[in-house]
Amino acid sequence: MSKHHVTTTINGEPMEYLCEAQQTMLDVLRDELGLTGSKEGCSSGDCGACTIIVDGNITCSCLMLGVEAEGRKIETIEGIAQGDRLHPVQQKFLEHAALQCGFCTPGFIVAAKALLDTTLNPTEEEARYWLAGNLCRCTGYDKIIRAVLDAAAVMRAEAGR
Amino acid sequence: MASSYDTLKVVGTRPIRPDGVDKVIGRAAFGADMVMPGMLWGKVKRSPHAHARIKSINADKALKLPGVKAVVTAADFPSIPSEEAFVGEGPMNFRDLSRNCMAQDKALYDGHAVAAVAATSSAIAEEALDLIEVEYEVLPHVIDVEAAMADDAPLLHDDLFTQGVEPKPTRPSNIAKKIGFNKGDIAAGFKEAEVVIERRYTTQPVHQGYIEPHACVVSVATDGQCTIFSSSQGQFMVRAYCAKLLGTDIANIRAIPSEIGGGFGGKTLVYLEPLALALSKKAGRPVKMVMNREEVFRGTGPTSGGVIEVKLGAKRDGHIVAAQLVLKYQAGAFPGSPVGPGCMCGFAMYDLPNVSITGYDVVSNRPKVAAYRAPGAPISSFGVESCLDELARELRIDPLKLRELNAAKDGTKTAHGPTFVNVGYVQTLEAAKNHPHMQQKLGPNQGRGIASGFWFNIGGESSAGCFINEDGTATIVEGCPDIGGSRAGMAMMAAEVLGIPYDRVRPVVGDTASVGFNFLTGGSRVTFATGMAVTQAAEKVVVELKRRAAMIWDISPDAVEWKDGMAVPAGANAGNFDPLSLADIALKAGRTGGPISAEVSINAQGAGPGFATHICDVEVDPETGRVKILRYTAVQDVGRAIHPAYVEGQIQGGVAQGIGWALNEEYIYDRNGRLDNPGFLDYRIPVASDMPMLETVMVEVPNPRHPFGAKGVGEVPIVPPMAAVANAIADAVGTRMRDLPMSPPKLRAALDEQNPPRMAAE
Ligand code: FES
Ligand code: FES
Repeated sequence: MSKHHVTTTINGEPMEYLCEAQQTMLDVLRDELGLTGSKEGCSSGDCGACTIIVDGNITCSCLMLGVEAEGRKIETIEGIAQGDRLHPVQQKFLEHAALQCGFCTPGFIVAAKALLDTTLNPTEEEARYWLAGNLCRCTGYDKIIRAVLDAAAVMRAEAGR
Repeated sequence: MASSYDTLKVVGTRPIRPDGVDKVIGRAAFGADMVMPGMLWGKVKRSPHAHARIKSINADKALKLPGVKAVVTAADFPSIPSEEAFVGEGPMNFRDLSRNCMAQDKALYDGHAVAAVAATSSAIAEEALDLIEVEYEVLPHVIDVEAAMADDAPLLHDDLFTQGVEPKPTRPSNIAKKIGFNKGDIAAGFKEAEVVIERRYTTQPVHQGYIEPHACVVSVATDGQCTIFSSSQGQFMVRAYCAKLLGTDIANIRAIPSEIGGGFGGKTLVYLEPLALALSKKAGRPVKMVMNREEVFRGTGPTSGGVIEVKLGAKRDGHIVAAQLVLKYQAGAFPGSPVGPGCMCGFAMYDLPNVSITGYDVVSNRPKVAAYRAPGAPISSFGVESCLDELARELRIDPLKLRELNAAKDGTKTAHGPTFVNVGYVQTLEAAKNHPHMQQKLGPNQGRGIASGFWFNIGGESSAGCFINEDGTATIVEGCPDIGGSRAGMAMMAAEVLGIPYDRVRPVVGDTASVGFNFLTGGSRVTFATGMAVTQAAEKVVVELKRRAAMIWDISPDAVEWKDGMAVPAGANAGNFDPLSLADIALKAGRTGGPISAEVSINAQGAGPGFATHICDVEVDPETGRVKILRYTAVQDVGRAIHPAYVEGQIQGGVAQGIGWALNEEYIYDRNGRLDNPGFLDYRIPVASDMPMLETVMVEVPNPRHPFGAKGVGEVPIVPPMAAVANAIADAVGTRMRDLPMSPPKLRAALDEQNPPRMAAE
């Protein structure tokens, strides 16, 4: 099997890698690039644990091929914090105890960050539907939704300043 | 004792968990996140048949594929005699577990492992699976629990004779066991009753649905020493099972717990680790194995589905005078359903004079069941708590009132034997009654249901160490995988005892070589039992710190007190010395006798019982049969909440799982006994848009046996929801749903039956 050469941007860094044609983006991130923050819960697009942002759109990396990253801008959980400064969603997840096992957490944080990239005024219902592609079996979603809405409030306050 | 910690500084607050940052930035290492140098990838070949004799397995072609390094089958494992195992949660037999990990002679369910392969890449391993040739003789199968109990049912095991019946049966059966509990005189009780109702309910098997699939990386060295890095609810459980299944000494295995991505009981046994070890041994290289979601559904244990027959007899004033329960639980392919706890929990909330309970543990061609949050209790409670609601309607008594009238209290003798102490049930009913939720107005097609639940909670064996560092910080080593924030609780309890800030205490979950034995994370035992070990270790350290201070001051240790993290002289007579902080003492430790640390191993007794009462409001869409959860309030006696946010989280998580169990989740088998919905698309668990906010009310009836009053909290919240939802549906539309899940097509059909749709011609 000959491998494909891919040139892309991951978390703001130019990146090149070789991958096989059938390899998913999730496999590339986890197994080739050592970015194991994105998780595999289903590999069928149903759980959202593998969520990444591709050119601004949330995507299940298990449904995308590694070769499709060519020329794109990819954001993963590893790139959400700015240096040692957590993103407000990350901070609020901690404060609200919005994670129990933490396995779904990277996917939720990436998806929630994308939500807040599009609006800082989500209603509870909007947040619930936006995040309906992410499964969490531990929390019942209550604290996750509260964390996301609280992060939005913090970001609104920051934006207002 | 609770009294020595009257003014709490740390316990009861909501600090950020110590492992939190790693988890929000994607750095925490879960089962599939580890690699070992030179490792191979292992995959499992699974039976496509529900029941089949394995006539032969030929791996020649697979082994010829470049990159394939080893294939193992049952022939590569020692044959193990039948032996009860007290390693995980619930009944287990080493021989059955071995055969569940790798089918021997017969495949007993769709998805049963028949062979495993290790190769240099996962793609090659996958390809090799198709090259392993298995010749099957397909046998008749049985899926349904009552069909499996029939005399002419296909038999799974020729050597399974029903236990618990006299005389001892001479013919094998799928009924592994019959158990019973009796109290008083059931016949007299029903004679005395003025109202008797008898109903039958059913539940379907549901999967724990942890989002992290099973995963491990292992290495077996040529001298037989094994390292296992895996996601489980107990590294000591993994070690014990693997030692037995591989036939090696426990000391040869070091099991390192990864972060665990949910378990809920489903990771209290092993599936992959023994196969990976066998592959690693054969190939001479480390092996990594990770299940995919389909394998999780087909190959690992859900909890039982069951039949619940309830008969209640009561006086017109609401006093229940007779209660009878018959339970038939699916065990899956091997004996060991949670029918025992199901029997014990069903009526445990009530003080009943005459009780008869019978349970059957029944095998059929399904994956072997595994523990799932309060194993067995939600099933029997769905029946009992629904039936109680039907009785309340019949008697025209408020369902909460009916529960109050019959509630168990301190001193109530249970049907299964023990007499209750430290019961907080009535307090949950009281709090539910007074909750504003009960005053919310309901609109058309909306209804309110309540239901209660009980779970034992357990203690058990735990070890922990408390190590004082040179700078006055502390390290806690404990041995129970942290599945929902327990490390935070451990650090908080230690900080409370030591009198230092929470973030000066760092807890870790040690591997099997770093801490004394710990029973697994299960039974809602960790904060109680391991918390007790941590507290005692910290207390031992405080004794030592006082001794060191006494040495420095040259006074008697009795004359030293520990206050707010400092040694102070105990009163004027002790002398006049400036306080010594923990850091001061730690700094001088080398000169006062060496490092300061303590390790404690205990078998914790006296876990307080868990009681909960839930209130659920639903709205039924009569067009589609869809049920929307409008409001949900869960009241629970938690003893004392160490970290209230994680206690709330346990309650909310249990409720959400219960709502999924009530409305959507089920295993669907086709005519050939193959699982039809092994994925999250067709096995639908609740998502964020299905749920409202989940209100929690923590009633605190402290447990006097725990230093801070803690009771287990993780399991009882999944017990009430199914009946709470069913009772709310009955309240909303007058339709009694007795079969789970109460999915839209089923509810729609029930509504149609109740009010036959008018024909267009009419
Ligand atoms: S792993 Fe991609 S959606 Fe589940
Ligand atoms: S925190 Fe465990 S799955 Fe969400």
